Amino acid sequence: MNPTMTTLPEKEHPNKAFGWAARDPSGVLSPFKFSRRATGEKDVAFKVLYCGICHSDLHMVKNEWGFSVYPLVPGHEIVGEVTEVGNKVQKFKVGDRVGVGCVVGSCRSCDSCKDDLENYCPQSILTYGAKYHDGTITYGGYSDTMVADEQFILRIPENLPLDAAAPLLCAGITVYSPLRYYGLDKPGLHIGVVGLGGLGHVAVKFAKAMGVKVTVISTSPTKKKEALENLGADSFLVSRDHHQLQGATGSLDGIIDTVSAEHPLLPLLGLLKSNGKLVLVGAPEKPLELPIFPLLQGRKVVGGSMTGGMKETQEMVDFAAAHNVKPDIEVIAMEYVNTAMERLLKADVKYRFVIDIGNTLNATS
Amino acid sequence: MSTTVEEVKQQKALGWAATDHSGTLSPFNFSRRENGDEDVTLKILYCGVCHSDLHVLKNEWGFTSYPVVPGHEIVGVATKVGKNVTKFKVGDRVGVGVLVGSCKTCECCQQDLENYCPQIIFTFNSYNPDGTKNYGGYSDMIVVDQRYVLSFPDKLPLDAGAPLLCAGITVYSSMKYYGMTETGKHLGVAGLGGLGHVAVKIAKAFGLKVTVISSSPQKESEAINRLGADSFLVSSDPAKMKSGIGSMDYIIDTVSAAHPLLPLLSLLKVNGKLVTVGLPNKPLELPVLPLNFGRKLVGGSDVGGMKETQEMLDFCAKHNIAADIELIRINEINTAMERLAKSDVRYRFVIDVANSLSQ
Repeated sequence: MNPTMTTLPEKEHPNKAFGWAARDPSGVLSPFKFSRRATGEKDVAFKVLYCGICHSDLHMVKNEWGFSVYPLVPGHEIVGEVTEVGNKVQKFKVGDRVGVGCVVGSCRSCDSCKDDLENYCPQSILTYGAKYHDGTITYGGYSDTMVADEQFILRIPENLPLDAAAPLLCAGITVYSPLRYYGLDKPGLHIGVVGLGGLGHVAVKFAKAMGVKVTVISTSPTKKKEALENLGADSFLVSRDHHQLQGATGSLDGIIDTVSAEHPLLPLLGLLKSNGKLVLVGAPEKPLELPIFPLLQGRKVVGGSMTGGMKETQEMVDFAAAHNVKPDIEVIAMEYVNTAMERLLKADVKYRFVIDIGNTLNATS
Repeated sequence: MSTTVEEVKQQKALGWAATDHSGTLSPFNFSRRENGDEDVTLKILYCGVCHSDLHVLKNEWGFTSYPVVPGHEIVGVATKVGKNVTKFKVGDRVGVGVLVGSCKTCECCQQDLENYCPQIIFTFNSYNPDGTKNYGGYSDMIVVDQRYVLSFPDKLPLDAGAPLLCAGITVYSSMKYYGMTETGKHLGVAGLGGLGHVAVKIAKAFGLKVTVISSSPQKESEAINRLGADSFLVSSDPAKMKSGIGSMDYIIDTVSAAHPLLPLLSLLKVNGKLVTVGLPNKPLELPVLPLNFGRKLVGGSDVGGMKETQEMLDFCAKHNIAADIELIRINEINTAMERLAKSDVRYRFVIDVANSLSQ
């Protein structure tokens, strides 16, 4: 139980809410009654229609990162329709199609916040499992309603279907931001995408929309057809095939590496041209081995990135709408969520589960 | 010996070489090519002792070809120039750094980045396309293609300027490429040796705030009072390191021994850059979460191209930057190597070749 809670989750706040929560590190989710704060003057409250299942949700329900607080309602790829806005809210009105991603609060005064990089604020507040300004724990999007400060609300353009838009709010921004920051977004460049899952497949789509040539690098030869025919990748390398990798030595301007399992960096560094950039967006728990000679001999870079600020996230959503970049999803009913988690663990999904909250989350008494 | 070697006209040269991985140096007679149409011949006056020399002498990187004559911080006087040589004339003060050849046609070479050419020919412990071997600057003379010869500014002292040809360009190039030249920004310099002390001087000339990060507390007074660093963190002192968390825009990591990256990454601000220029013989451990949480990066940099090396020399001449050296005679080299292995030098040995190496 959350040690800081002195009241039942249902009684913490004035507005009743219902969702599914994990109660312990088994990670099994089940119905959970709780409550959300009254809609403050700067808040936007919305009815949740869809929520994407991010691999982070799986890590968190099982407390794999060591900081989970139970009961845990995951979900940070949340979309829906506005039901109420506070009287100081300027950008949104009732009925608007909106979303919330990974962060629902920040200090608003540090250098990162001032640079529209709320995600890098040392006091950023995660959408679920974190302590909010009022001291209560945040609950995520596997639930019927959501409320967040206007600053952390995204607008979902009309031509993006809400269900497909949901994964953009974490997976999408996680790959879009480094493509821009590391300069891998220029037409004619050639990048590699390592790992073809939730993040990887969206990276391919964004890169192609930016006019960038894409090689998918994967351990699974079976994904080749899909990568080339459905996702539009230009080529495919099987990462365990040294011969193939050898043939592609020094061919890439950059690599977006979405793999979070431990894996060797040396072959990836070899694929980079001089001045090439290897960007790690997966989050392996243990340090990776960094061979120094290849880094120096080609003036190469290994960099990290983590989601993105609110301004850039909105820019990314608008870009996706303008260029028809839509994640490939499998829509599921709420009660399928535990099975979905088991399948996610085996990477058995093309390529993101999205929970149909609006139609299948039923408050049970 | 292959027939090609016999065909190329050779001339006698004298140097000091190591013949096995003990790394012990002793006098060595060898030969260099005669001066060709594109070549400049240098009478070597001084040669800096770089830590790379020590790594190669002891075969620590696994690719040493004995006998090896090290030395790639070479300054001297031009004694011959080939008929196609336009940039130099006999009597000019000249220098040779880390490379003596490249393919000249690839993208890197065309962009004045000969140091990143996949067919780079290093000044020593390397082979030319014709099969001949290259020997470095712990010797009386050297013959080099004019493209890889630097003009040594009059304002730069020859002896203290020699280390700029490797140490200097290594830090200068990394600072320019990674944008570490904005006045007022905060640079950390990890390691206060040959590279580190030059990094402090060049960084101050760029108008940066500089913090030295070192495992040796006794270097603090020196770093601040003599080299001009603004502050000093002892890397083995957790409280000191904690006080520097999230304070630096960039760090140049000059340390060549294996060392943890996590404490250095913690010192960086969001978007901070850790540039590694030291050459440890094993991979380092890279913790990924700090990179993600702060959008930080680790980058490499490896000396510089010829154009930039000349630019660096001119910059140092303008700002009165030279290395702090201990001048030694060639017959003191083995003792110097032992001291170098213990970092017992402030901050570069330079061999007084002309006055101590005799036939």
